[in-house]
Amino acid sequence: MKRTGAEIILDSLVAHGVHTVFGYPGGACLPLYDALYHYQDRINHILVRHEQGAAFAADGYARASGDVGVCIATSGPGVTNLVTGIAGAHMDSVPVVALTGQVPRNLLGTDGFQETDATGVMLPVTKHNWLVMNAEELPRVMEEAFHIANTGRKGPVQVDVPKDVYLEEVEFDSVPPLSIRGYNPEEGLQPDPTLVREAAEVIHGSEKPIILAGHGIHYSGAYEELLAFAEKANIPVITTLHGVSSFPESHDLSFGMVGMHGNIYANWAVDRADLLISLGMRFDDRVTGRLEDFATEARIIHVDIDPAEIGKNVNTDVGIVADLKPTIRALIDEIGQLDHSPWVKQICQWREDHPSLAIRETEIVLPQWVIRQIYHITNGEAVVVTDVGQAQMWAAQHFWYDRRNTFFSSGGLGAMGYAFPASIGVKYARPNEQVWCIIGDGGFQMTLQDLAVVKEHNVDVKIAIINNNHLGMIRQWQTLFYDSRFMSAKLENPDFVKLAEAYGLTGMRATTKSDVVKVLKEAEKIPGPVVMDLVVDEVEKVYPMVPAGSSLAETIEGDEVQEARYA
Amino acid sequence: MRHVLIADVEDQPGVLNRIASLFRRRAYNIESLAVGHSHRPGISRMTIVVAEDHKEAIQVAKQLDKLIEVISVTDVTEQRHVSREMALAKIAAPEMKRTEILQLANVYRAQVVDVSPGSIILEVTGDEDKIDSFVEIIRPYGILELSRTGEVAMVRGRAMPAPTLMAEDGPAA
Ligand SMILES: Cc1ncc(C[n+]2csc(CCOP(=O)(O)OP(=O)(O)O)c2C)c(N)n1
Repeated sequence: MKRTGAEIILDSLVAHGVHTVFGYPGGACLPLYDALYHYQDRINHILVRHEQGAAFAADGYARASGDVGVCIATSGPGVTNLVTGIAGAHMDSVPVVALTGQVPRNLLGTDGFQETDATGVMLPVTKHNWLVMNAEELPRVMEEAFHIANTGRKGPVQVDVPKDVYLEEVEFDSVPPLSIRGYNPEEGLQPDPTLVREAAEVIHGSEKPIILAGHGIHYSGAYEELLAFAEKANIPVITTLHGVSSFPESHDLSFGMVGMHGNIYANWAVDRADLLISLGMRFDDRVTGRLEDFATEARIIHVDIDPAEIGKNVNTDVGIVADLKPTIRALIDEIGQLDHSPWVKQICQWREDHPSLAIRETEIVLPQWVIRQIYHITNGEAVVVTDVGQAQMWAAQHFWYDRRNTFFSSGGLGAMGYAFPASIGVKYARPNEQVWCIIGDGGFQMTLQDLAVVKEHNVDVKIAIINNNHLGMIRQWQTLFYDSRFMSAKLENPDFVKLAEAYGLTGMRATTKSDVVKVLKEAEKIPGPVVMDLVVDEVEKVYPMVPAGSSLAETIEGDEVQEARYA
Repeated sequence: MRHVLIADVEDQPGVLNRIASLFRRRAYNIESLAVGHSHRPGISRMTIVVAEDHKEAIQVAKQLDKLIEVISVTDVTEQRHVSREMALAKIAAPEMKRTEILQLANVYRAQVVDVSPGSIILEVTGDEDKIDSFVEIIRPYGILELSRTGEVAMVRGRAMPAPTLMAEDGPAA
């Protein structure tokens, strides 16, 4: 059967169950858009208002659905606009396929109009990428693209296609079987039983073990296993930022998040543990603090699907390269019913004495209090997508996640502007859940142009701007580490309510506590997108905090100035 | 310490770029990299010498192995292996010094591959030490140009390079 390059690509999307894609057209990919015209019944193309939004939305879609997210951009500026979003997906191991247009083959290498070395630019931020020089290669490349993106340690891939290759007609009957001799992710799924036994032995020898749960729990879908393992072994569970919502936070064994803004008792627990069972996390510097002083007493069992993560940042005692699900299952079978109640009690005592998540009584609208209200008003049922900065940390801390895979954030790259477009992707993946975008006034202004998208498609995301009229995290660091020399931390903001209205959306503002409750309740009831300008205290800092370069043991609980203001 | 890695990679455009990009980004210290066709069609063999300690060398190998087009990576440092590099040296060789130079060349089993008025080119093959010492010996005669290939390595005996990556706590068996 004769098919054009563009048709082969779209057939492949359909075959892989893709029904929503996010993109932006341009000269080099117009043939693909022309083909999309004929696929509108099968593929819903969402026109974002900036390519970065397409990449973020595809990322959010992928995280929330467990499927591959797809974004499209044209050559040159289109593809360079994608870079931030793809780099974020790469850091956070999110399966995304980026389809990019390229100048026609005869112009390649000539500095043609809108020519960028797109595969060169994307090379370091993708798991793999291709410049496809013949349409015949497309069936194979598309098959490989989906396979590579969504297996092993997942990640984004890019398929760069010259304009005339989209148009090239080739004979196409069936997709060739996959065969990539340098890539065999299925080999690394089952744990080595010897190592599992070794791990079990180490666990049996431990008195103060901690489970550190990371992003991998979500990707492996190892929720049941994690829960059963923690309960059988009676081991406290502490999560990384990406591990948030992998373990029910109301559980007796849950002690929340570790790291730079982790709970002080969680940080202490990790610091003093004699064993860390690290599941699908990678000992990022935001997790470990000063590495030399990280968990110095602890032996480390590290399970990860990526062999290169084992031993990269910390030395492990038992390193297991495998999928978490079968590994945790094997561990459960290998261990007996254990009791660590003295250790659990100790951490509970720390929590009682140092309640990191307590919110001070005051009439001032504290940002963390606003987050807590969102938690209460949505009955904890919201799916939360956060941006980057203070609001991100408060959202991780003060909303309590009992439901699986309900927290999405740009963790590794920490890209401001992520939350809003990503929440659009999340909503497309989970149309029946309420999606809340928790975002700073700074971050919102990075990608707010997609308000047009939520208006156009009535994408029901609740946008809660935690508006402190500052780049809050910048202000916090300048306060703490630069003697309060505030440089470019203050924001002159637009009227967000009017802005929402200009886009034809509902906008609401709250400046007092009672307003906040009212606005949140109202927004929750409105069937459709709402922009909430929640004006909060300008100077509140995120605590606890491990200053960059300090150890977890040196976690700071708060500052006197902050305490005094509300005394 | 020096580690010698052998990588079999797809013979495709862009592979070298990916590998170079990886080394640059992660700031690995690469002493030499030699690449050419292997005995298997479509597969190139690279020999990479890294100046890293054991832990880092493991990282280099693992990160390399993650590249889709890299088929296998082996650290042969602790395996019995031979390694060779080649150098071409153009030496200013005035008439009166030629015999002397050729005698030295003979000691190193270097071949004369070009003789021109005022210069000769010697080709010498051996492990790194031998080439280094050869270069030092002929330096006083005036080296006009020097080209070295970087090391290529092969495991001795019938064994292929062990396909698995090295264990965490010790070199590959
Ligand atoms: C694209 C990008 N640029 C800069 C930064 C650095 N940065 C991290 S947090 C932050 C301030 C964020 O301010 P805002 O969005 O208002 O959130 P807040 O911290 O006030 O909650 C900045 C500038 C970043 N993370 N991403």
